[in-house]
This record gives sequence, structure tokens and C-alpha cells, in this order.
Amino acid sequence: MTTETKLTTETKPGLTPSQTIGPFFAYALTPRAYGGSELATEQVAAEGVAGERIRIEGTVFDGDGVPVGDAMIETWQADPQGRFHAAGNAGFTGFGRAETNTEGGFFFETVKPGALQGADGTQQAPHLSVSVFARGVLVRLATRIYFSDEPGNASDPILALVPAGRRDTLIAQRGADGVFRFDIRLQGEGETVFFEA
Amino acid sequence: MSLIYPRESLKAHPLNASPEYKSTLKRAPAQPLILLPHTLSETTGPVFGHVAVNETDTDLTRQHAGEPLGERIIVTGRVLDEDGRPVPHTLVEIWQANAAGRYVHVRDQHPAPLDPNFTGAGRALTDAQGRYRFVTVKPGAYPWRNHHNAWRPAHIHFSLFGPSFLSRVITQMYFPGDPLFRYDPIFQSITDENARNRLVSRFDIETTEPEWALAYQFDIVLRGRNATPLEEPHDH
Ligand SMILES: [Fe+2]
Repeated sequence: MTTETKLTTETKPGLTPSQTIGPFFAYALTPRAYGGSELATEQVAAEGVAGERIRIEGTVFDGDGVPVGDAMIETWQADPQGRFHAAGNAGFTGFGRAETNTEGGFFFETVKPGALQGADGTQQAPHLSVSVFARGVLVRLATRIYFSDEPGNASDPILALVPAGRRDTLIAQRGADGVFRFDIRLQGEGETVFFEA
Repeated sequence: MSLIYPRESLKAHPLNASPEYKSTLKRAPAQPLILLPHTLSETTGPVFGHVAVNETDTDLTRQHAGEPLGERIIVTGRVLDEDGRPVPHTLVEIWQANAAGRYVHVRDQHPAPLDPNFTGAGRALTDAQGRYRFVTVKPGAYPWRNHHNAWRPAHIHFSLFGPSFLSRVITQMYFPGDPLFRYDPIFQSITDENARNRLVSRFDIETTEPEWALAYQFDIVLRGRNATPLEEPHDH
């Protein structure tokens, strides 16, 4: 008990606060156009990685519906078997990173993740964890991408925490061309659900 | 060792709705955030311990044929968790303006000169004790259009992953005693003074190199605590 108190009030160093990514990150974090070496890209799974190959496309909008052309989107996901960091998964780290183009657009090409364990024996429907960074965003916005063709969404324990009227903002809609559409609305009508993670 | 991520710590962060910083006005969510339980999706994250980092990634003054203009500085620090334990072999990405306050980014319109010998992007891995080290030049302050005569205090942008999706953070390191702090709504968006001051690096005479470079020290504390803290013997 006393140890716990000490850790909290004396020993424990305070968290480093977040600041905005600002408008000028691209030459360091998404430096393709600058000839820099890329840590990760919108290609999350190399050719030949087993699984259902999918493409997700979207646009980031601000509260006026204006496209956000200076955002960075990162994705994190399980493999098709619902595993993270599985051994022998060559060509797949589960991590994607993309900047939005001048029209606010982004895309990712990956393999669809598998379902995975939630708390208390529940099962989570396939999803990607998403971070949104942008000028004017002081703290990373966390959201998730689910998929419209997954029946498991109905019993997903995280979607169940979201008011029913807003759940659709977390579900990428599969178009006739097979591409999943996932727009991110930072504010206002149809505002994307963001989480305190 | 398994980590837990108390939400209490998140109070150190600014609110996205910080209206003095004008870009937040149309970009901060209006709806409340929804509490996300920490499942495997959150307690895992990308690891980059394998990323090849070479000498010019950590020495931003040696990425071109010549040396950049400006005040040469060494920036070192440790990456720690909330228990003060080092976060080893974790990736640190940085970017900054040049000594004149100009970014290489194509959309930076500030009429200050580009430096053909400076890009301003770096990458390092922490060592087993969580330490990182960069050599660079001190970035200049630069104007922006947030309000009349708005200038950003000199800063270096930092991006870190740590062990999981929950420890991911992007922040900015500042320099001690900057007269622009009180006018900067981005710095001031952190309402807790102690938390704000944690973004100010410390002048570090020990790390300076005579006849060559000044030095600043900046420790970074990422989310995460040991789920089962050891009792410290001196408490009993
Ligand atoms: Fe900046």
C-alpha cells in the first residue's frame, strides 16, 4: 500500500505530453516524394502473404467537410489467423502508415485480419486499429476500421460500447468493386467515433 | 513483464479542443471519446528494434556533402516507462526546421533560406538502457499564421512507438528559457504546468563537446507501468 502510494506520488515520472504532428512531417515520416527511406507504407502485406487481400480507401474531412490534406494515418492489425507478431509471417508486420494526399485521400492494401479474443471470453470481429495525426490535432485520434461483410460485427464487444447510431462510422463499406470505403470525419455530422484508448 | 496503462496519466495531454490553436477549431472531435478497453489490439504494437539505423540517421549534420549552417547541438535522453524503467531498442523519429526556421517540406512558405546541407529528419534506436543520441543544429523559430505576429518557439518534433499501440506518441521538444513559450498556443495547450515543462529540454554541460557542440537533454516518458510492481525494500 505504501509502496503503491510512493510510486504514484514520488517515484513515478510524469507522462510526456502529446503535441501536434504539425503540417511539415512528410519529409521525415512519409518521405517517398523526398527520396527518404520509409519506415512503413500503405502496403501492409507484401505479395504472397497468405490471406484475403483487401484495399481500403478513404478521405479525411474536417468539421466543414473540407478534405484534410496534411494528415498521417497509421494502422495496426492482426494477421488472418488473428495473431500479432506471429513467427514466420514474412512480408507482414501488421503496421501501415500513409499521409493523406492534397484531396485528403488515403488508402491501404493489406490482408484482412482474423477475429481475435476480447475480454472475458468474447470474440472481437476483424478490425484494424487506427491512429490519426494532423495539424490541429494535439493528441493522436484513435479509431478502428471494421468490415461491412463480417457477421461478427453484431456481437463485437467494442462496437457494442458505441451508441447504435454512430456504429456505422467504424465500419468500412465494401463497394461493388470489392474496395472497402472508410472516410474519417474529424468533427460534425457523421463524426467518426474516436476512442480514449 | 506485462504492462498496464492507467488512464489517469492521460491528463498530462492537451485537449484536442484547444481553441487558441486555431487549426483545432474544425479538427477537434465534438463528440465525447468512447472508453476503449485494452484488448490485444491495443496492448500490442509494431516493433522496430530491427530497423537499420546508420550513422547519418542520428547525425543530421552529415547527411549532405557539406555541413549545415547553425549552432551544432547534441540531443540525448532516455526513453522511460511510467515506472521510470528504460524502454530499450525502441524507435525514435525526429524532424525539425533548419537554423533559419525553414522546413524542407514543399509547402513551407516561410521566406527564410533552405540549407542545401540540411534536411532535418533523423531516426535512432534506444540502447539497452533506453538512451538515444542525435547530433543536429539548433532549429530556428518560425512564423505561422495562427494569430497576429505568431511565432513557434524553436522545437524538434519527436515520434515514438514504445511497446504498444497505447504507448504511441508524437510530441515536440523545446529549448530552455524560450521567450516565445508564453505566446505559443501549442505549448500552452498543455494546461498542467509540470507536464508542459517536461517538454522543455535541459541544457546539458556534461554532454557538450569542447570546441565542437552544445548539448541538451530530453527524457521521454511513455505510457505503461508494470502490472505487478515490486515492493521496494527500503519501504519496510
Ligand atoms: Fe514544427
